[in-house]
Amino acid sequence: MKELQDLARKLLSEGTVKVVIGYEEGPRGARAAFITDPEKADKLIFDTRCVQNLASYLNPRRKQIALLGKPAIVVKGCDARSVAGLLRENQITRDSVVIIAMQCSGVLENPGIESDVELTSENVSVRCGGCDVCEPKLFDHYIKSAHPTVPPVNPKRAEQLAALEKMTPAERWDFWSKELSRCIRCHACREACPMCFCVQCTADKGTPLWIDSSSTPRANRAWQTMRVLHQAGRCVDCMECERACPEHIPLGLLTRYVANSVEKRFDYKAVDDPSVVAPMSVYRPDDDEEFIR
Amino acid sequence: MSDDVERGTSTATGAWSPKIVAFVCNWCTYTGADLAGTSRLKMDPNVRVIRLTCSSRVNPLFIIKAFERGADGVVVSGCHTGDCHYSTGNFYARRRFAILHDLLGFMGVEPNRVTFSWVSASEGNKWQELVNETTERIKALGPFREFQDMTQKGEACQ
Repeated sequence: MKELQDLARKLLSEGTVKVVIGYEEGPRGARAAFITDPEKADKLIFDTRCVQNLASYLNPRRKQIALLGKPAIVVKGCDARSVAGLLRENQITRDSVVIIAMQCSGVLENPGIESDVELTSENVSVRCGGCDVCEPKLFDHYIKSAHPTVPPVNPKRAEQLAALEKMTPAERWDFWSKELSRCIRCHACREACPMCFCVQCTADKGTPLWIDSSSTPRANRAWQTMRVLHQAGRCVDCMECERACPEHIPLGLLTRYVANSVEKRFDYKAVDDPSVVAPMSVYRPDDDEEFIR
Repeated sequence: MSDDVERGTSTATGAWSPKIVAFVCNWCTYTGADLAGTSRLKMDPNVRVIRLTCSSRVNPLFIIKAFERGADGVVVSGCHTGDCHYSTGNFYARRRFAILHDLLGFMGVEPNRVTFSWVSASEGNKWQELVNETTERIKALGPFREFQDMTQKGEACQ
């Protein structure tokens, strides 16, 4: 933690960056911090509560953050993949951001105020299981953990996915109808997503009206179908959409399913190497077409 | 919005008969369908053809919109891979369709409701078979009540 604070102070006082985007102590646990004053670099923290994917703040749609000046961003290995995704799709340039990567040993699924909670397979985030990016490769500064450990595996979501895949289409229809009926169309899932970077969203367009802006069963279904399809090959499974959802709709199941499908079909897994091309913008002549008659 | 939803076609006997929307590419499948027509091949009258420049023009929202507006089935068809008029359009489309196919299934749409097929300009017979076979399949599945009910109700959640 000291190392991170010293680095942030150095970067800010040297003028290398104008803002350090990191985590700080908030009234309800760790929250995003935007440190512009080197004196306040001591506020920065990093522990198992730092679940947020801060790469969302690099998204070029967030103009108010861009106004602060050149950022340095604190990322976990998994979040570095989002930064790589933004670089890959030319949303940001490599020299416009300083990446401070943290060696991570897993984060909590539902972090609270307590800072020294030990991770177990019960409370660890479902996305930490099988993590192969605890040690990021995309960074300008790398801060090692004092006690690096491999995060435990929380099997909850894999079990949910397996259960859903076993259902009949009619049962899955009912499941999603029920879940999506709670959607209030606040679009928090879109706003929280680091990879939802369209300048104008189809859901905001009135002519033609592709998706009703009100919360109706058909509009909710069309909205999530479109949002999740647009994340194919982009989603890094940070689950910001699910965490942002005020109605606790299990959106992570949808994005995870599509990510699995992309991996199975196109042999692509989200990586923190921006030179790997996005799977939906390339093709192989021998791509699987078992579903085409 | 609910008034513009049309239920399945009524035949002279008044029985339900499926409504199927086909998104086809101008260069292969549309020409193939035209060939089937000029060859006077007998086909079920349930398929409405919408001509697009390329199969890669098919936005997944087209398919969702078709269901919202009362379609019981959707056909998406274009040139065989390697034969695309624009060289590579259908290769990209195939990747998107693959993910769309998986996601629709995961969200509970019966996979047989959406048919993907490659039909070339010379395959009038294949188009005929595709139309007849798809119509039979959708007839067996029955009207897409789930989607249509959802659309007909149209009321806000909560």
